[in-house]
Amino acid sequence: MSAGRKLVLGYGVAAALLLVAPRFLDAYWLDVLNSVGLYALLALSLNLILGDAGLFNMGQAAFYAVGAYVAAILNTRLHIPILWTLPLAGVGAALFAAAVARPVIHLRGDYLLIVTIGMGEIVRIALVNDVFGLTGGANGIFGIQRPVLFGYRIRRPEDFYWLIWAFVALTVFLFHRLEQSRFGRALNLLREDAVAAEGSGVNTARYKLVAFALGAAWAGMTGTLYAAKMTIISPESFSFWESVVLFLIVILGGSGSIPGVLIGAVLVVGLPEIFRGFATARMLVFGLVMMVMMIFRTQGLLPLRRPRFRERHLPLRTAAEELPEAGTGRAEAAR
Amino acid sequence: MDQFFLQLTNGLAVGGIYALIALGYTMVYGVLKLINFAHGDLFTYGAYLGLTLLTSLALQGRIGAVGAVLLLAVMVMGLVAVIGVVLERAAYRPLRESPRLSAVVSALGASIFLQNTLMLIYGARFQTYPDGILPDTALRVLGVEIPIVRLLVVLASVVMMAALYLFVQKTKIGTAIRAAAIDQGAARLMGIDVNRVVMIVFLIGPALGGAAGLLVGLYYGQINFTMGWVYGMKAFTAAILGGIGNIPGAMVGGLMLGVIEALGAAYLSIAWKDAIAFCVLILILIVRPTGLLGERVAEKV
Repeated sequence: MSAGRKLVLGYGVAAALLLVAPRFLDAYWLDVLNSVGLYALLALSLNLILGDAGLFNMGQAAFYAVGAYVAAILNTRLHIPILWTLPLAGVGAALFAAAVARPVIHLRGDYLLIVTIGMGEIVRIALVNDVFGLTGGANGIFGIQRPVLFGYRIRRPEDFYWLIWAFVALTVFLFHRLEQSRFGRALNLLREDAVAAEGSGVNTARYKLVAFALGAAWAGMTGTLYAAKMTIISPESFSFWESVVLFLIVILGGSGSIPGVLIGAVLVVGLPEIFRGFATARMLVFGLVMMVMMIFRTQGLLPLRRPRFRERHLPLRTAAEELPEAGTGRAEAAR
Repeated sequence: MDQFFLQLTNGLAVGGIYALIALGYTMVYGVLKLINFAHGDLFTYGAYLGLTLLTSLALQGRIGAVGAVLLLAVMVMGLVAVIGVVLERAAYRPLRESPRLSAVVSALGASIFLQNTLMLIYGARFQTYPDGILPDTALRVLGVEIPIVRLLVVLASVVMMAALYLFVQKTKIGTAIRAAAIDQGAARLMGIDVNRVVMIVFLIGPALGGAAGLLVGLYYGQINFTMGWVYGMKAFTAAILGGIGNIPGAMVGGLMLGVIEALGAAYLSIAWKDAIAFCVLILILIVRPTGLLGERVAEKV
């Protein structure tokens, strides 16, 4: 079976399971699946930056926070329905990401990592300090309205389950399309060899910036969903550890691989819920897993399968074909 | 003016601690070109080991305060150095030839692992050092009361930095460290055992970091299992500020960052205190990636 068919089959099975899940699960487990869905969205958004473009971003929680706060402020102050703020939150997070990434995007791997950690912390401190008098300080913002879709009020975990996983499905579809687009291929080339990409006419600085902005936009929109689900947001939900967990999901699942990232989200967010007895040791295990993975399976659990292009349209010359030509050439020259 | 002087000494004390931690980052980066993300946690181990040894051995009653603190420092530095070497063996050596991202992720994993081990052993709450180990009298300098502990912290960090500087500049092993930092291949051809150099670096850096942890415990009295990450980030900023890979740079950078932070907190806004260091970090990487004294460049792609 080809890799493409396997992928479609995998998604089919996953979709079928998710469709029947609400019949068998209670509200608690549906809420766990909601968390998995939100983390899957965030990890997919980070995967665009970290996996596809190869930019070490450990401040994804900051973009998530910007989106959530934009949505919450627009909803509580201007009473814009929360789902209508979705695009605005995305645009807000993207603009923010573009502005902060612009001066530092050229920094090499680990330096970019440090800078994005710093950026994430500055955002969190700014939120705690009630910046512009809009963010509500350490208490955050509460009283965010429930979303209404076609006149239906979304408030039970089951309602959110459909909303979140529909958004996940849409995201997976779009990101697969993006992966195969000119943009996606350019990003992959950029990650593998920046010099070769530059040489092939890829404007590397611009592509990196666009990847950053796009990833941030998706994290921002996920922030809106989170704000709508919780109805209350506070700075502690967007701490450095959120960024670490997202980073871990992408690395563990397989950097650059969409199904890998989805599996990573299930393992990192879902598994600890099953083994609740070990809840305190959760991060300990994650740390150990990160070290062991890097030593024994660097590429992640479900690594990105690189597309192989068969050179079907190029006339293939075998050695046998070439030799007589060379022979005749030499004979002609001799003559 | 009094306020300024008081904050200056406070900044120097904190800066001395940053500088001690920064030396560990900068030495490891110099030799391996790796940011040792777990270094901040080794610093925390110093603080916790110091507390455990202090309370369990009851040294103070047996050999007096000065002797107790000195012996404690030696034991803590030794133990943290051992942890540092084990860390290098387990998390970094297998990845010496791997792509850089792998080593970075492994370092992060090690950091999370070390931090959570501490949490599981000691619990998540703040731990307090017993009172009255160091004298709590104040000294009058130029009409300002300066706690004597603060001066001791500055003194201790300066002595350790001076010792390290002399070690790296004057001894044979120090020369080997400098040679391996400039060109590992050439150093190996000159008969330097690079693996041994790496091991020595992972002995000295964590030892200094552990000592800094002990100083924080004695100076502030309160320690927490997550404190390594904030101190680590700030010390890393100090290392960048002075020029990463540059040993005197880390010392100058640490002291400067401590003073900048103390003055910023006093005159600008205390609520934004922790953001100051991160702003310095981002600014220095944008404007002058080589740092103030450094020749090494924070490489650009």
